[in-house]
Amino acid sequence: MPVIEVKNLSKIFGKNVKDSLKMLDQGKKKDEILDKTGDTVGVNRASFEVEAGEVFVIMGLSGSGKSTLIRLINRLIEPTEGSVMVDGEDLAQMDKDNLRRVRREKLSMVFQNFGLFPFRTILENAEYGLEVQGMDKSERAEKAKKALDLVGLGSYIDQYPRQLSGGMQQRVGLARALANDPEVLLMDEAFSALDPLIRKDMQDELLDLQQTMKKTIIFITHDLDEALRIGDRIALMKDGSIVQIGTPEDILTNPANDYVERFVEDVDRSKVLTAEHIMVRPETINIEKHGPRVALERMGEEALSSIYVVDSNRQLKGYVTADDASEARKKEIKDLKEILKTDVPKVKRDTPMQEIIAIVYNTPVPIAVVDDGKLVGIIIRGSVLAAIAGEGEVNTDV
Amino acid sequence: MFDFIPEIPLSDWVDELVDWIVETFAFIFNPLKNEFGDFIEWVAEMLGAIPPIIIMVIVVIGAFFITGKRFGLAAFALVGLLLIQNQDLWTEMMSTFTLVLISSLLSVMVGVPVGILMSKSKVAEQIILPILDFMQTMPAFVYLIPAVAFFSIGMVPGIFASLIFATPPTVRFTNLGIRQVSQELKEAAEAFGSTGAQKLFKLELPMAKGTIMAGINQTVMLALSMVVIASMIGAPGLGNPVVSALQRSQAGAGFVAGISIVILAIIMDRFTQNIYKKEE
Ligand SMILES: Nc1ncnc2c1ncn2[C@@H]1O[C@H](COP(=O)(O)OP(=O)(O)O)[C@@H](O)[C@H]1O
Ligand SMILES: [Mg+2]
Repeated sequence: MPVIEVKNLSKIFGKNVKDSLKMLDQGKKKDEILDKTGDTVGVNRASFEVEAGEVFVIMGLSGSGKSTLIRLINRLIEPTEGSVMVDGEDLAQMDKDNLRRVRREKLSMVFQNFGLFPFRTILENAEYGLEVQGMDKSERAEKAKKALDLVGLGSYIDQYPRQLSGGMQQRVGLARALANDPEVLLMDEAFSALDPLIRKDMQDELLDLQQTMKKTIIFITHDLDEALRIGDRIALMKDGSIVQIGTPEDILTNPANDYVERFVEDVDRSKVLTAEHIMVRPETINIEKHGPRVALERMGEEALSSIYVVDSNRQLKGYVTADDASEARKKEIKDLKEILKTDVPKVKRDTPMQEIIAIVYNTPVPIAVVDDGKLVGIIIRGSVLAAIAGEGEVNTDV
Repeated sequence: MFDFIPEIPLSDWVDELVDWIVETFAFIFNPLKNEFGDFIEWVAEMLGAIPPIIIMVIVVIGAFFITGKRFGLAAFALVGLLLIQNQDLWTEMMSTFTLVLISSLLSVMVGVPVGILMSKSKVAEQIILPILDFMQTMPAFVYLIPAVAFFSIGMVPGIFASLIFATPPTVRFTNLGIRQVSQELKEAAEAFGSTGAQKLFKLELPMAKGTIMAGINQTVMLALSMVVIASMIGAPGLGNPVVSALQRSQAGAGFVAGISIVILAIIMDRFTQNIYKKEE
């Protein structure tokens, strides 16, 4: 069962909610609705499920409704319509006491600008969630200290937030959220206020924590790189609607529409694409059946300077070059083995682009993609470049 | 030119209203006048019984520490208080101080909760803001008239008038201070499951403390000015020598009393100011 189940969740800011909802039903756009009713569509019929232990990223440009959506999940913002099930309980219908219980026990939030109380020490900040539950002083201090140790701030407990750097402050924010031992962490642009290097560290740290603690995380960002780095799945938002949900690869290789595609164009594709996305079907000859003559013919047809050689089980044997093949024909050599070269540049299906780039410029022949000894594809220099540039063909059916 | 409109008997209406209030609420006003009056007198006597030298020592040491161990205010307070003692105005000064103290405390006790209410409700804010404007712009001594009607003369009507005149800044600044707390911090408090009271006491009031203290500082200053004016209706204190000097056109006596008021004002202002500056 999913931990979080959002169904048809909508938020309209304004006074003509009924009219605006009707217009949404008619498929009207956010702009049109603002024109006609003066209402802003914050979130439009969002539906998704988040499984336990998953890192679910919600991504979109500024104003696309990410913050509104995450605040609908813990009901900091009242939903206009729809439901938010947390462990099977509908938050949208809950009375205040139950809502408070769920917030205390199941959902913790981490904020973009950290949201620390400046007049409280680091320890007192980390204790806050436990304090409002009425836990006694020594017990909550112990738990808060443990959480601060987890994020590496165990020795700063008596300092005040302003004495700490941004990255450290956000660690306190994270510790405060973890101290409650919630099931779900809600993180709204939690790393967006940090500078890039620290941001990378924090992403890694979050992933480490997630590995050991197995929290379910809903993470908001406007940065596709960040989304790709940490997300198990990514939901893309535009004008309040979710336009695509998928794994990082789905999103990159199979953008649902122009909007997603444009978003994806910016990203450094070399980080997420692997060999199987850019390999093409290889021309081959069979060492058991063919000789230099067939090899030359095939290469002539395709205008290749070399060709890969396999056996009847498609096991990769090596390659022959056009030069060697024509030489062999002149000398009337029949056996391919005599001119077979075996210094083949090989990669696996899941070799990342970065490694491929390093190889592809130092090899005269295309790179062979090998799976269990079988030749499954080749990578030529041109398709690597095209993939990095975000154009050209990328295999979408893998 | 507008003779065809008969004069609206506005002042008669107010008179009738005041009469009605006096009669109807006599059961509140009388005990207030008597018991509360006795209480204030008792406080005034207790404070008045403290030997001046002890008060001077406390104030001077307090001034030294509250200004971050600097001598300026301490020296000023010492010289100022000695001057007041020397001019034989000590008793009047203590009466004024007592009245300011009590009316400021009452203002805070009323003003802070009202400010909180205002910050929590847009409707409350819209209703209360114009009332505050009215309370502050009406010339101060106009309040003395109903005050006398309700409580006759003496300390109690002085405190009543001061309460009306001096409470608005505390209300305003409390409202402002709470509304200034950043949205994200409020969300943080709520997201971790705070109740309304927890949010108020664990976040909003601590955050607003500096702003509220700035309001209280203004309230104290307004209370002081009102208490001096209240001498016209028989409240004891430093206003009395001013009023009698005015009646007999004794410029010197008036000046001495005026200087004493200024000295008291500066000391009280710096004390309340430094309390909230220290917080920041
Ligand atoms: N309290 C509010 N009142 C009115 N409109 C709002 C409010 N909060 C957000 N919006 C609007 O809702 C839309 C989505 O905002 P938001 O969720 O903050 O976007 P994001 O976090 O993706 O930048 C924007 O058009 C924004 O102007
Ligand atoms: Mg946002």
